[in-house]
Amino acid sequence: MTFGYKPAAKLGVLWIATLVSTAAPAHEFSAGDIKIDHPWARVTPSRAPVAGAYLTVQNSGPKSDNLVGGSTPIAERIEVHQMSMDGGIARMRPLPEGVEIAPRTTVQLAPGGIHLMLIKPDRQLIEGERFKATLEFARAGSVDVEFVVQRNASIETGNGNEHGGDMP
Amino acid sequence: MNRVRMFRYGVWAAVVVLGGFLIVSTPLSGGNPSNKTSSGTAKVGGPFSLMSHTGKRVDNQSLAGRPYLAFFGFTYCPDICPTTLFELTDLMAELGPVADAFEVLFISVDPKRDTQQALSRYMTSFDNRITALRGSADETNAALKAFSAYAAKVPLEGGEYTMDHTAGVFLIRADGGFGGMMDMHEPRETRLEKLRRLARITSS
Repeated sequence: MTFGYKPAAKLGVLWIATLVSTAAPAHEFSAGDIKIDHPWARVTPSRAPVAGAYLTVQNSGPKSDNLVGGSTPIAERIEVHQMSMDGGIARMRPLPEGVEIAPRTTVQLAPGGIHLMLIKPDRQLIEGERFKATLEFARAGSVDVEFVVQRNASIETGNGNEHGGDMP
Repeated sequence: MNRVRMFRYGVWAAVVVLGGFLIVSTPLSGGNPSNKTSSGTAKVGGPFSLMSHTGKRVDNQSLAGRPYLAFFGFTYCPDICPTTLFELTDLMAELGPVADAFEVLFISVDPKRDTQQALSRYMTSFDNRITALRGSADETNAALKAFSAYAAKVPLEGGEYTMDHTAGVFLIRADGGFGGMMDMHEPRETRLEKLRRLARITSS
């Protein structure tokens, strides 16, 4: 079995670059050259030990930066992880160096790829709720954001997870 | 050159023979406990026996005559497992009573952390027709083997670990035969149609 997550990371970035033009509900945070768009976390099952969270990050500056993780009052910590599919097998790996945001690029953290992982959330994440978090960048430092809890990726991401208002 | 060609023919012949063997050896009705599970035999829907999150034994006998969906995961999985469970919940809501025709089985590949209690709390968030299953390490391995599925523990820093695992949803027909896979990236309508078909095959 090979660990194919590094090439996948690059692919993810390319793939993402084609998607980011779609507008998510206005919900932005910035610090210096870094702009965070629409941070959201997926609703969690009851007593889930982890929660996935996603966002779009844009680096408008001339220098590369890395989103390395973060913190939130509602969980032990936030890590950057990558899900990859390899011959039908899902693999999940922490990215200790975080995810690189090259100069003048935008990277989308989305289901099925690079994502943030809240370790040991102290509550169940309920649709529509919001929670505060601080994201850590290697260069830009701390960026305060607020995550909104959603059941699914917003329709605009076009990643196949969208649903047409037929929730139970 | 000739020898290379001979070798090539030989390999293809072996592939055909092996493929035929796999097709013939695929059990049409699961649940033969004396069935020897020889390693490396790719088959799906073989014998397994696990405990549900409500404390019921689920095995080939109890599933006989009913189609079912089975997929592997664990509760420490933040992305694909809850996504699959939430999406199945949505698909089942759309199908309504049609989804009563099949079972949906979420098989834990991490029974150490996914205790029955942990699973029963976790499952309250999904369609109550979905059953989480767990077993001992041996029972879990047998279940993986039954579906020719893969799972492996991957150590992380700080003594923690994650699990690599087969991510697709197996569709098993009422006769115990393999009815294909459902990929959660397929269009929603494709997935609904696969489930309707699985349900129809039973009722006819």
